[in-house]
Amino acid sequence: MGLVLMIAAPVIFYFLINGAIKNISATGTKDINKPIPWVVIISIFTPISVGLGIFGYYAFKGEYDQLPKSSEEI
Amino acid sequence: MSETKGIGKIIFTSSLGTLIEWYDFYIFGMLAKTISIQFFPEGNETTALLSTLAIFAAGFLVRPFGALVFGRLGDLMGRKSTFLLTLVLMGGSTFLIGLIPSYASIGIFAPLLVLLLRLIQGLALGGEYGGAATYVAEYAPANRRGYFTSWIQTTATLGLFVSLGVIMLVKSNMSDAAFNAEWGGWRYPFWMSIVLVGVSIYIRLKMAESPLFSQLKKEGKTSTNPLKESFGKRSNFKMVLLALFGAVMGQGVIWYTGQFYAQSFLENTAKLDFMQSREILLWGIALGTPFFLVFGALSDKIGRKWIMILGMLLGAICYRPIFSTFLKDTNIEQMTSDIHKTGSPFYVVSSTVVKADTISSANSIATTTKTCWMLPNNIQVVENRTDTLTNYKMGLSAVLKKDSKPIFNGKILPNDLKWKFVFLVWCMIIFVTMAYGPIAAFLVELFPTKIRYTSMSLPYHIGNGVFGGLVPFIATLLSVSFTNDPLVGLWYPIGIALLSAIIGMLFLNNKIDTNVND
Repeated sequence: MGLVLMIAAPVIFYFLINGAIKNISATGTKDINKPIPWVVIISIFTPISVGLGIFGYYAFKGEYDQLPKSSEEI
Repeated sequence: MSETKGIGKIIFTSSLGTLIEWYDFYIFGMLAKTISIQFFPEGNETTALLSTLAIFAAGFLVRPFGALVFGRLGDLMGRKSTFLLTLVLMGGSTFLIGLIPSYASIGIFAPLLVLLLRLIQGLALGGEYGGAATYVAEYAPANRRGYFTSWIQTTATLGLFVSLGVIMLVKSNMSDAAFNAEWGGWRYPFWMSIVLVGVSIYIRLKMAESPLFSQLKKEGKTSTNPLKESFGKRSNFKMVLLALFGAVMGQGVIWYTGQFYAQSFLENTAKLDFMQSREILLWGIALGTPFFLVFGALSDKIGRKWIMILGMLLGAICYRPIFSTFLKDTNIEQMTSDIHKTGSPFYVVSSTVVKADTISSANSIATTTKTCWMLPNNIQVVENRTDTLTNYKMGLSAVLKKDSKPIFNGKILPNDLKWKFVFLVWCMIIFVTMAYGPIAAFLVELFPTKIRYTSMSLPYHIGNGVFGGLVPFIATLLSVSFTNDPLVGLWYPIGIALLSAIIGMLFLNNKIDTNVND
């Protein structure tokens, strides 16, 4: 699962960029045709997809196999 | 804390403020059409840009940022003063939006002011929830934490309920023109906010600081840098990521699809009448909301994990059948075609010629007609068609070209079908209550007291604001890319809910942490 998530992170990023390139259009009237939503979404999703990759890495390394039993372990 | 005495008052004061914040946040979205006419007129590139920013930046960028700003403050200064501040900011900006003159009166300042106030609203919302949930949880006894915090969970849904109700009440008591005028009825829900917020501030001022936070402060154990400890410390950052991807991400899309996408789908895709689509949602919410408490309480008995995961899985499995039923039962085009084949009669309730224009040449006339039909299955529908009559002045045989693609909207369902739709919406609200009811207790138990506000606020607002808020955008994106399937947009919430459920199943712990004092 960890490996899948590590691969998913750059794939999501690629689809976002690709989606922006394909859909931004001067003649379109929908939100998906405007650049601003894409700029906002890509800027917020970039750290999220990095986070997904890091989460996948931690899961791959087995760091979630044993969760902390109390906050003192955090 | 083992005492439950006085917890009712704590829940009431915390929930009331949070409900008002949600009310404030929703009325802007629900009155978006009127607001855009007043402040963001069409055909002006600058106002279009500001409008898009107001919609996207407030929800996606500013909410998580607000979670960081106010989460940090809450862990440094205390829960009480921080969520008092968010309430003032939210209520004040909502009230002020209702006072801004229109674009016609003050030009570009109108949309600029609206944008600024909308961003403050997003910021305040980002800080409110974590404070209220933490505050209640830190008062609640361990064996009833799920139940007590589930009251906070009802506020997002009740806020939607109240805002819908207030708008419908105002709208039903005046004409459309009076409601949509520059200083018309659409402003009343904004003005009402100041009264609600005033009452809530008065009540909240009388509240004491959370006992756990007070104790930490007394012992000098509060965090000096909550952001660094929450996200810079690997062991805690790991839990933030787990909360986001294993729970809140899936919960966010279930919440948004059940409460918002459903209503938008009923109105814009199934083409139901404005009032009836809202009535269906209101019933669904009213009958479903008590289940937040049911699942919150149940999570105290059997743990939080499996209830949340079941809610996500049920959503992922049932969304397509539910939305497909909405489409099938309101498919007038199919019904009219069937009726033509069987020869069953239509019944015309009313027919109005909206306009009759002479077009292109003197011997052609296009007539736009609104006809209200009562179909044999008792669905009332408005047919909007433009037929063209040619040669009518020439003494030749006139030719009537009938509109081949009339638009059907304003559908009013008969009672049996309406209640069937209420039941389906209710089912989706039940999935919301399962995924959302226990989540405050789950998040509170995941993080230490000294950085709890910061650590739980960010994943919560990314899950709900970003993953949930993106449902309509991604649904449009998918429907443009794959035009054959009208339900293709649902693959986004289904996919995210499934992924989150799988991550949750694999990595979350079902154990209830009885000690949140650490």
